[in-house]
Amino acid sequence: MDGANTAWILTSTALVLFMTLPGLALFYGGLVRSSNVLSVLMHCFSIACLASIVWLAVGYSIAFADGTPWVGGLQKAFLMGVGRESVRDGLPETVFFMFQMTFAIITPALIVGAYPERIKFGAVLLFSGLWIIVVYAPVTHWIWGGGWLGEMGVLDFAGGLVVHLTAGVSALVLALVLGGRRGFPKELRPPHNPGMTMIGASMLWVGWFGFNAGSALAANGDAGMAMTVTHLSAAMGSLVWLTIEWVKFGKPSLVGIVTGMVAGLATITPASGFVGPIGALIIGLVGGIVCYYMVGLIKHRLKIDDSLDVFAVHGVGGVLGTLMVAVLVDKSFGGVGLAEGMTIASQFGVQLTGFAAVLVWSVFATYILVKIVQATVGLRVSDDEELEGLDVTSHGETGYNL
Amino acid sequence: MKFIVAIIQPFKLDAVREGLSELGIEGLTASEVRGFGRQKGHREVYRGSEYTINYVPKVKIEIAVGDDISERVIESVQNIAQTGKIGDGKIFVFELSEAIRVRTGETGEEAL
Repeated sequence: MDGANTAWILTSTALVLFMTLPGLALFYGGLVRSSNVLSVLMHCFSIACLASIVWLAVGYSIAFADGTPWVGGLQKAFLMGVGRESVRDGLPETVFFMFQMTFAIITPALIVGAYPERIKFGAVLLFSGLWIIVVYAPVTHWIWGGGWLGEMGVLDFAGGLVVHLTAGVSALVLALVLGGRRGFPKELRPPHNPGMTMIGASMLWVGWFGFNAGSALAANGDAGMAMTVTHLSAAMGSLVWLTIEWVKFGKPSLVGIVTGMVAGLATITPASGFVGPIGALIIGLVGGIVCYYMVGLIKHRLKIDDSLDVFAVHGVGGVLGTLMVAVLVDKSFGGVGLAEGMTIASQFGVQLTGFAAVLVWSVFATYILVKIVQATVGLRVSDDEELEGLDVTSHGETGYNL
Repeated sequence: MKFIVAIIQPFKLDAVREGLSELGIEGLTASEVRGFGRQKGHREVYRGSEYTINYVPKVKIEIAVGDDISERVIESVQNIAQTGKIGDGKIFVFELSEAIRVRTGETGEEAL
């Protein structure tokens, strides 16, 4: 065990928790109506608490304990048998457990963007708790916990499939079953506080250093390069989104540039340990362009109210990065090089298999979970409650008191 | 006494206040309000979605003045708040039947 590695992952753990609390919460909070701002902050905060307990109880064990290729065993439930002396991947296992916990927190919290302004608070909790057990933990096992996709050689450095695709796809399914906000798509209120959104986005950017560079699980050159490419892709995605808006609408917007940042970050995530700076620029460029047009496709063409564009930005970004890494990992693009015996084509096939498997499981399992939640606590608040806003009707508080 | 309500462009508030001070006006109330007139609203774009902003931000000022000075106050507000473009606002003038200073109980123009 190495003290420097341990120190860096302790730091990364704090950075990734900071992405959710308050980064993501503020990012999302600024995008909703003023009468729902507290409910969104509340969703993110309560999911963070709940996910932590679920992760301790069974999540970590399902994801990372030895088991079948499909799912880990329950021998590490409640961290049974894990103590101060336990080691995992060269780190104290408690540190590894905590680092991974912050991923299990932010992933269901990303889904908050699909359902704000209309969901029942009980549904948020029940869905998120079940989702970690049924979708997040098994998929994590497949890819990072010794499962079948990891064995096959899938490249997913920090969670393009594990985090962004699972969250994005599940967000889309949940939004479809839940239905749109009243007045969607024609008569909606604009984001109530773009400044708050920018502050949250900036925290996400900083936190992402822990997310991606921390996923090296060491304080070394891999971490350094992961941080470099992460930053460059974020900058590139931002500039791309800004340019598209400037050309299309005549005015580059703050909400636009920070959305481009998230697209760049989500897209580089699976590739961040494998590509070089030129790869990062390509990833940021493609991520920015494709995510921009996917937002329009989902919202305006398909008319699905995935309200804060979780699928179009995170889901699509995660997939793009997962597929592009097969090419950009190659040494000719400044990457670390393909694994022995792999060609770009065969790696691409493996990436595609990972994508398809995670997609199918996320759609299927999320649909079942949403139906269970719908049949028990119910999904949607009443029309009156929706009109008045969830802050007062669900939480008895007001965001902005004079 | 007259009670004057003026809806003006927000960025004209300081200039209007200065103009009124020069006339010897010693108090006014200003509030941020939203409304629409011939200016209608404008459009904002977030992530490619267009939103119509029907209510435009304005500032409402309320001034109580003596009859002798009311014409000059109205003229001053109109001159200073005017840009000549749609959206400059409106001035409404009411007869004011009574005014009372809360601290002393003075009434009428003494209270202004």
